[in-house]
Amino acid sequence: MSKMTKQEKKNRKRVKPGRLARREAITGLLFISPWIVGACIFLAYPLITSFWYALNNIRITPMGKSFTFVGHGNFTQIIMSDPDFPTQMIDYITSTILSVPIIVVFALIIAMMLNENIKGKGFFRLIFFLPVIIVSGPILGMLTQQGAGSITAIDTQAISGAIESFLPHALAEPISELFENMITILWYSGVQILIFLSALQKIDRSMYEAAKIDGGSGWECFWKITLPTVKPMILLNCVYTVVFISNNDQNAIIELIKGAMFSGTREKGYGYASAMAWMYSVVVVLIVCIFAVLLLARKDVYERQIRKYKKQVRKEKRLAKKIGRRSARNAKKIQKARQKRGYKTYDGSGDY
Amino acid sequence: MARATTKWYQNITKDKVRKLLMGTKDTEGLLKMLVIYALLICIGFIYIYPIIYMISNSLMSLDDLLDSSINWIPSSLNFSNYAQAAASMDFWKSLGQSILIAGVPTLCNVVSCSLIGYGLARFEFPGKKIVIGIIIFSFILPSQITMIPTYVLYSNMGILGTLWSFVLPSLLGMGINGPIFILIFYQFFRQVPKVLIEAAQIDGAGYLKSFIRISLPSAVPALITVTLFSFVWYWNESYLTEMYVHGVMTDSGWTSLVIQLDNFQQNYNSYAQTATNAVTSINESINMAGTMLSILPLLLMYFVLQRYFVESIDRTGITGE
Repeated sequence: MSKMTKQEKKNRKRVKPGRLARREAITGLLFISPWIVGACIFLAYPLITSFWYALNNIRITPMGKSFTFVGHGNFTQIIMSDPDFPTQMIDYITSTILSVPIIVVFALIIAMMLNENIKGKGFFRLIFFLPVIIVSGPILGMLTQQGAGSITAIDTQAISGAIESFLPHALAEPISELFENMITILWYSGVQILIFLSALQKIDRSMYEAAKIDGGSGWECFWKITLPTVKPMILLNCVYTVVFISNNDQNAIIELIKGAMFSGTREKGYGYASAMAWMYSVVVVLIVCIFAVLLLARKDVYERQIRKYKKQVRKEKRLAKKIGRRSARNAKKIQKARQKRGYKTYDGSGDY
Repeated sequence: MARATTKWYQNITKDKVRKLLMGTKDTEGLLKMLVIYALLICIGFIYIYPIIYMISNSLMSLDDLLDSSINWIPSSLNFSNYAQAAASMDFWKSLGQSILIAGVPTLCNVVSCSLIGYGLARFEFPGKKIVIGIIIFSFILPSQITMIPTYVLYSNMGILGTLWSFVLPSLLGMGINGPIFILIFYQFFRQVPKVLIEAAQIDGAGYLKSFIRISLPSAVPALITVTLFSFVWYWNESYLTEMYVHGVMTDSGWTSLVIQLDNFQQNYNSYAQTATNAVTSINESINMAGTMLSILPLLLMYFVLQRYFVESIDRTGITGE
């Protein structure tokens, strides 16, 4: 539908939408009208209002809310003098960027193992999906508090010690933190495993067979068949993971926002919390954008080859045209020169 | 006769062993399968380690906890931890309210999201792509950004601290994770053949009737998925529940198991002071028993309905056909 020729588009414009089409459009709008109302009340209005809040210092008085316009004052105050927010933000960014690839890769590996022809597939799926049901802020908090969030059998102290001696401190800290909370990180990957698994199950087995007949190894099959097929799911899972991590109750920043919202101090309050929320949301959207750009930018190998080939064909065509034009020009020149000099032929004009 | 009794291992050649371990073109190698099973079992153990830990610790008495020789299996099953934790959490009341807090918005979610998803999938209207774009965008946007004005709005409307503050957005398709549910329904209704609906319309069914009688019955897997996930997500939501329904500074009387767990320490201490009979002071076992109690209803639900949970993502067609 999207690729129409100009002629078709012209024709389409001339035809007015019929009565049925218009009625369908109206019915469709009626069906989604709850969403439109909801988007106005719970999305557009709060977005605008919270931006207005962020530019103000709001104090709750017995008379109601008193607004004082401070412009970017809240934002500068958060960046310059808030004791927790900037450090927590940097922590959040590094830990998200580090743990999202780990979660996604881990989920892909588990899904590929489950996709093999093994016994007890249902049982393993049951286990790997279990965390989705019970994972919630207070429960995770309780578990990590009691020390069930890391495996005692693995000596995390030794691992983090080794990491810290090899890497600079800024990098070592989040990585060793990752190891300490390995279980909680693994617990985040339940939905992702299932998404990958259902994508893997849809790959046609005969593709692998064909590749094997042509002498492809398992490694090559993975890179050339499995990965390109599940690529859209990788993006989906990355986005899901980022959103999940940022809305999780374990996240320190959203607690900070809540704390600022209900603190009775002079400089904090609704305005300050709104400014925090805006900065936080921009960061989350940016992280999602980074992953989207990273995953969407690289084209398929085959697509690239096709494009290369097409480019070459175009180049050759251009060259051929050029040569054609040049030879035509030369031919004309020769013709002109001949006429100028007035070649005479024995039988032609008869100048004798 | 003596020739036939060759030892069994004489038949084994190097080639056969290699084939068995590495596999041939048709069969999987034993080595590969062993590695896969080992990895799966190890990772599976890591997954359920916290739950095993929770169960075993919640059954220990104080002596068992302090005894360093007891690691996993308590010397005697001590259910008094559960009794005390349940009493301090006010278990039955919290359970009932949890079910209400999770169940009512879930029903609203199913109704509104199925309508919206159907509207998007079935009808063509200008601006449809923009609507889908906004839905995806609103999924990425953290809820914190809209939270403060919404809070003010609710308090102006006087529905703060009531269930309405959860029901209203979910009726309008803006509940927790609403965008996901809309997209699931959208994806699903697109797969329902249009011919069916057209046939119904020729037979005289209106738009709403063809939705209820034709499309909805064929979307049962999507309905189940959305119901289960919505229930679980509302159940586990503590941040927004505390903010809108329970109340941050004030106590509206509404509470849920997860919130009770969040405030477990102080709840337990106040319970221990008022209790008539002798109560042990808070310890690890009681903490774990409380945690166990708050996830127990969901665990039971999961084991009863596990088939639907596990197959849900396959069926919703989120991976695209």
